[in-house]
Parts: sequence; structure tokens; C-alpha cells
Amino acid sequence: MTDSSTSSSVGSNRVKRGLAEMLKGGVIMDVVNADQARIAEDAGAVAVMALERVPADIRSQGGVARMSDPDLIEGIQKAVSIPVMAKARIGHFVEAQILQALDVDYIDESEVLSPADYVNHIDKWNYTVPFVCGATNLGEALRRINEGAAMIRSKGEAGTGDVSEATKHIRKILGEIRALSAMAPDELYVAAKELQAPYDVVAEIAQTGKLPVVLFTAGGVATPADAAMMMQLGADGVFVGSGVFKSGDPAARAAAIVKATTFYDDPKVIAEASRGLGEAMVGINVSDLPAPHRLSERGW
Amino acid sequence: MAGNASRGVGPVGVLALQGDFREHARVLSSFGADVITVRRPSELALVSGLVIPGGESSVIDKLSRMFGLAEPLKAAIAAGLPVYGTCAGLIMLADTVRDAIAGQQSFGGLDIVVRRNAFGNQRESFEVDLDVPELGDPAVHAVFIRAPVVEEVGERASILAALDDGRVIAVEQGNLLGTSFHPEMTDDYRFHRRFYNRVLATAFHS
Repeated sequence: MTDSSTSSSVGSNRVKRGLAEMLKGGVIMDVVNADQARIAEDAGAVAVMALERVPADIRSQGGVARMSDPDLIEGIQKAVSIPVMAKARIGHFVEAQILQALDVDYIDESEVLSPADYVNHIDKWNYTVPFVCGATNLGEALRRINEGAAMIRSKGEAGTGDVSEATKHIRKILGEIRALSAMAPDELYVAAKELQAPYDVVAEIAQTGKLPVVLFTAGGVATPADAAMMMQLGADGVFVGSGVFKSGDPAARAAAIVKATTFYDDPKVIAEASRGLGEAMVGINVSDLPAPHRLSERGW
Repeated sequence: MAGNASRGVGPVGVLALQGDFREHARVLSSFGADVITVRRPSELALVSGLVIPGGESSVIDKLSRMFGLAEPLKAAIAAGLPVYGTCAGLIMLADTVRDAIAGQQSFGGLDIVVRRNAFGNQRESFEVDLDVPELGDPAVHAVFIRAPVVEEVGERASILAALDDGRVIAVEQGNLLGTSFHPEMTDDYRFHRRFYNRVLATAFHS
């Protein structure tokens, strides 16, 4: 601590978590080039996620998916003034160093890319730039927060257009938080053990009834109704990956999802927003995906 | 009309199109204020004061125009509605915005020129202790997130605080108050209190 009025600090926990606070109630859209980034910004995206291929293409084309080319990321940074996020592979701390050097606003340590380490995630405390990480349940979210994640997104099943996994994960995380809130103090020790998460943060959540960081949802959101449902379930905001730019009319669909996210509790507005959007992304039922192709099972 | 119904104060609104509006609502509720979220003109019509939260100014602008809120809000500001804007909210209150996205508009009211993302990207976001003479001791701990800066202050606006390098980050003009930073992210609510006192004073005079 210092009492000097000249001292200032960057990269603090509050500043890192703070940017996510400002994104709440908004839609973060996957984009693969500067033109898409401009369309997203014009449609009211609160941030864009720069990546080389949207999850639907990663899924159909196969192969190893990695961090994007720095030229592509810089092109997107130049095209828009809203925050630009970019993905690093799970455990790939050098990709994360590169993204920080490129001055991206948030790093997504993402299961959508091929993991680089099947044991360890990135030690996210070592960076000034904040991280968002995926989670399918509360224990996973807390392990990521313990590693320094400043924002959590429920994983869903990216690149499918099937929202069922997103529903499952956000319900699971919020349900487990509600369960903690109902526990007696002496039950929290075992709860922490079962969640495989540090006791301190478990006790804090039991008391506050919420994660210490912002919780978005992701993976399979393709329509305004999907986005509004995630918000009604309790998400702070929504990531839309393939759902926008794999649809018939990306600009209209993007704007419609933004409207539905703000007015998530007003069916009239959502109905209006849902009209005449053309074709939604084709989609794959998650139940038709063989287990090895389920991205949400990456990360632990 | 609310003024006729009771001599008390109508609810205080928090613009809830996007951003950290819940945090502002929590602060105002701690004062005992009746707080409502505002997304529609019908809700705006009820309030005795409004907070415009942090968030993405380009998104708040777009949604406020799309849902018919921008024009009534401009009229309310012109008619003296007390409004406090933080970060994106300060941008929305500025008469002129630099580095806006194409076609971006503001509600205006503050006779200032603001630059968006004036410090750069998230890596440059910071916290610092600020001396705010109007608020006295102790210093205000201010959190700046991809924050704007007031680059020009017109005759009608006055400066409440500046960084050590002289850059202006808090201003006031009549019933309008704007800060580049986020008091709602700290435990120091003196800026909110200053706004709320203005709400009370305005309501009791009308």
C-alpha cells in the first residue's frame, strides 16, 4: 500500500475483472477478419473475439487449431474501437505472451483450440492482460479463477448451434452456487474438497451467492431467443461464435441478438427481433457428436 | 407530475441497456433511494435522476436510439434532470466525442470534448489515488478501465479532478456530473452521494 497520489497500478485484479464488469449485458462475437469485426461493432457487439476459424469450421475442417496470425489480430484491432479478445490454446503460455505483446484486451484460454498441455492451464496471474476461461461446472470455474482467470464463460458446445450444452453448463454452475449458499458453514470444507477448489473462494461464494468474477455463457447460441434464455437463466452476457457469421444475414442476426440480450425479459421485443433474420446456422445436434469431438470435455 | 403526487422524490433511475448498471443500483439503494432500471421511455419518465453506467458507449448509443430513449433523455437533460455518468456514461454526456465509431452519437449536455479509450487498450487500465478538492479528504481511489479523458472543457463546465499530468477526468455542469473512472467499483460513494444530493435538491425545488 502507498499513500502517494502519484502511484498508479496497472494489471490489478480489480482492473482485470473490471473490464468484464463493463461488458455485462452485452454480446461478444467471434470474427475472423476486419470486415466481420466492423459488422459486429456496427451491430452493437460489446467486444469481438479474433480467431482464424470459427468453431463450426474448426469442427468441419479438423486439424490442430491454434492462436491466430498476429497480422489478422492487428487488422481486427485497427478496424474497431471496442475491446478485442483473442484465443490461446489451453496451457500455451507462449501464445498468451504473444497475445499480451499484441496488446489484446482479453485472452481466452480456450477449449475451442487444440490444447497445448493436457495437465496444466496457464498461470494467468503472470499477465497484465486479463483472461477469460471456459467452465462446465463450479469446480472448474473456481480452479480457473484460482489460476487467475478474471472472467468465466460457461462452455456449451462450440460450433454446433445447439444450445443444450450451454443451458446445461450455466444451470450447473449457478445451481452449484445456490447449493453452496444453502450450506451450513461446517459443510463448506467438504464442499470445497468435492469441488476440488480452494476453501477460501468456496466460503466467499457461499456468502455472496455469486462468482467473484463475471459469468458469461457460450457455445451453441444461434438465435435471439437462445441469447435471451441464457440471460434469463442468469448469465451476465453472451458469447456468440459461429452463430452470427455462419447464418444467412450476419448483420441483421447480430443486431437482433444484441437487442434480445438487453431486453431478455421482454418477449415482445425478442419476438420483434426474431423476425426475418433469414437462415440460422445449420447446426449439429450435440447428441450426434461422438465424444472425442466434444470440445467442452477439454479442460478440467 | 410525480412532483405533484407527492412532495417526495421519484425513483432514481440507472440506465440499464448494457454495462455495470447493477453496481450503480446497489450504491444508490444503500442511500435508501428507490432505484429502478431504465430501458424504455416510460421508465425514464418516472425518474428524478439518472445514472449512466460504465459499459460500451457505442452499444449504449445504438440501443438508446433504437428503442426511442435518446430523444426523451436529451430533452430531460435540457430540462435539468440530474444525471451522473461514469466512463461510458461520461462519453454519453459529452457534447463532442473523439475517436467515436462511425455514426456514433451522444446525449450531450456537458460542454466538453471527450476522447474514447484515451489511455489505450486494457493493458493500460489502472487504479490511482486522486485528489478531489470538492470532496476533501481522503483521496478518491479511482479505477480507470479503457477510460475516456476530457480533452477540452468549455466555459459552462467545471473541472472536479485531474490526473497529475493535468488530464481532466471528472467534471460538473449544473445538474450533470461525469467521471472517467468507476466509483461503483470501490467502497467510496462520495460521487454518487454528490449526485444523489442534487437529485434530492432538484426534486424538492420543483
